[in-house]
Amino acid sequence: MASISLQHLIKRYGIGKSANQVIHGVSAEVADGEFVVIVGPSGCGKSTLLRMVAGLEEITGGQVKIGNRVVNDLEPAERDIAMVFQNYALYPHMSVFENMAYGLKIAKVPAAEIRQRVDKAAAILEILPFLQRKPRELSGGQRQRVAMGRAIVRQPQVFLFDEPLSNLDAKLRAQTRLEIQKLHRELGITSLFVTHDQVEAMTLAQRMMVMNNGVMEQFGTPEEVYNRPATTFVASFIGSPPMNLLKQAPDARPGTITGVRPEHLDIGPTGWALKVEAVELLGAERLVYGRWQHGGDEVVVLRTDESHTVPGLGQTICVQPRPGKIHWFDTVSGQRKEAP
Amino acid sequence: MVERTPLLDALSHAILVLGVLVIAFPLYLTFVASTHTSSDIVHPPMSLWPGSHLIENYTAAWNGSGGGNGSKAPVGQMMLVSLFSALVIALGKISISLLSAFAIVYFRFPGRMFFFWAIFITLMLPVEVRIGPTYQVVADLGMLNSYAGLTVPLIASATATFLFRQFFLTVPEELVEAARIDGAGPMRFFKDVLVPLSSTSIAALFVIQFIYGWNQYLWPLLVTTSENMYPVVIGIKRMISGGDAQTEWSVVMATAILAMLPPAAVVILMQKWFVKGLVDTEK
Repeated sequence: MASISLQHLIKRYGIGKSANQVIHGVSAEVADGEFVVIVGPSGCGKSTLLRMVAGLEEITGGQVKIGNRVVNDLEPAERDIAMVFQNYALYPHMSVFENMAYGLKIAKVPAAEIRQRVDKAAAILEILPFLQRKPRELSGGQRQRVAMGRAIVRQPQVFLFDEPLSNLDAKLRAQTRLEIQKLHRELGITSLFVTHDQVEAMTLAQRMMVMNNGVMEQFGTPEEVYNRPATTFVASFIGSPPMNLLKQAPDARPGTITGVRPEHLDIGPTGWALKVEAVELLGAERLVYGRWQHGGDEVVVLRTDESHTVPGLGQTICVQPRPGKIHWFDTVSGQRKEAP
Repeated sequence: MVERTPLLDALSHAILVLGVLVIAFPLYLTFVASTHTSSDIVHPPMSLWPGSHLIENYTAAWNGSGGGNGSKAPVGQMMLVSLFSALVIALGKISISLLSAFAIVYFRFPGRMFFFWAIFITLMLPVEVRIGPTYQVVADLGMLNSYAGLTVPLIASATATFLFRQFFLTVPEELVEAARIDGAGPMRFFKDVLVPLSSTSIAALFVIQFIYGWNQYLWPLLVTTSENMYPVVIGIKRMISGGDAQTEWSVVMATAILAMLPPAAVVILMQKWFVKGLVDTEK
């Protein structure tokens, strides 16, 4: 187990004028035993960042420290890490046991100890009955557990997960998410988990790193990211439906965008006047889409539950943002501004 | 094949049966001829049923004790030469191509594209163009009339390299990365992961190259000078004495049948491995 220190990491492909920089100086400190999720849209650089920590991508600038060692020039096998891939990356011609034992075999661990470690990991992941099977004889979820088992037997200082749940169906995803949480509680190994799914991020992370276009926009606990987003990107990325970012709100501060989450707008007798454009019924709740009664083409989304009657289309309603749940962002930079 | 009407079905089967007959009939005749005496063969019509001289002819062929004015080289010895060269050529080609495909696909080194195209260009040179210079080199190196001379010049193979290259390109990148993280170096990865995954391709190539090596005629003809280094295909030709001299046809036919057996055996044996490999493959 060890802490991870990312110091001003830069990644550039190519050299000279046609070089393409994809990571622009990311710095973060991950504590020993912490489960950190790196989340962001496709192409934001999160996988590249993970691979730089793993040693599968060269580090163009900056430093990565695992524990107290600077690992920039170390091979992946020397960094004391283990990785779980999106496509499992199991050796197809080897049995589950051999897949899990391969790394240990190369490290010349004695056969008895290999047996013991593999059995223990297989027990934790409930794959003991499959040890002699080949990967093609297993389902997707079982394969992913074998991939995790392969990582566990290495007893590394750091676990790296590269979108491991993306290839699973929704139900299996939820199940495996819980298993990963359980695993982390039991083993307590420092973990970096990359995903594009904000639900996975919110549920698994002790702290999360929100990335956009190679820049780390915010690094904080799920509560911080949800309640005090640092930029408009973070604000609209976390939360479904995304936060309303309004330029034409009635009591707007000059030079700012007003942000309010759909779940923090209440229909009431007074407040902002909206003309209802559409209503979506989702069972336990409803999404109401409205435009400002005073004109303009901004759409405001709010969530209401069953206790309110469904507003009719074209009807005018008043919504009140809850106190303390309004956010302000600079119009130009997108950065958060504090309450006046 | 299952066609829609019984008529078409019967027609397809008829065509296939006809094809088999066309190909198999000469082989059958050869076998029949190898069981008669030479005088039976040259006096038409030759009987279509096997005769009674099977053991006599085959032993004569094997030991080289047949009559006639053609070569009397013992077929047993020649089959050994053929077997040895075919095996060395097949295994040599496979090993070299595996390694060169591995280098081309998984390593970045200066001149990489140059070597790739150089290998590719050798495919465009027909054997006849390069045979003169190759003979010169082999003679200068003193490898004439030896196993080395028979096999080494034939071992480099561009086709096999490409086959393996195409296969290696289908191996997912993540497998390489997982192996890297597990601590496997390039050769370890090659031995533990790549080669086992290539087993179907290797089996297929082995069959093709073995038959290629077994059937080599032109090159052994040039390179060998003594009877005990002839492969069996040359032996067959030399048994047929030209002109008016008498040829011991029964022995020639027996030799031909003997020469066909090892390649047929290889194909039949390797077929099982093919099918198993094809059924098993999945990533």
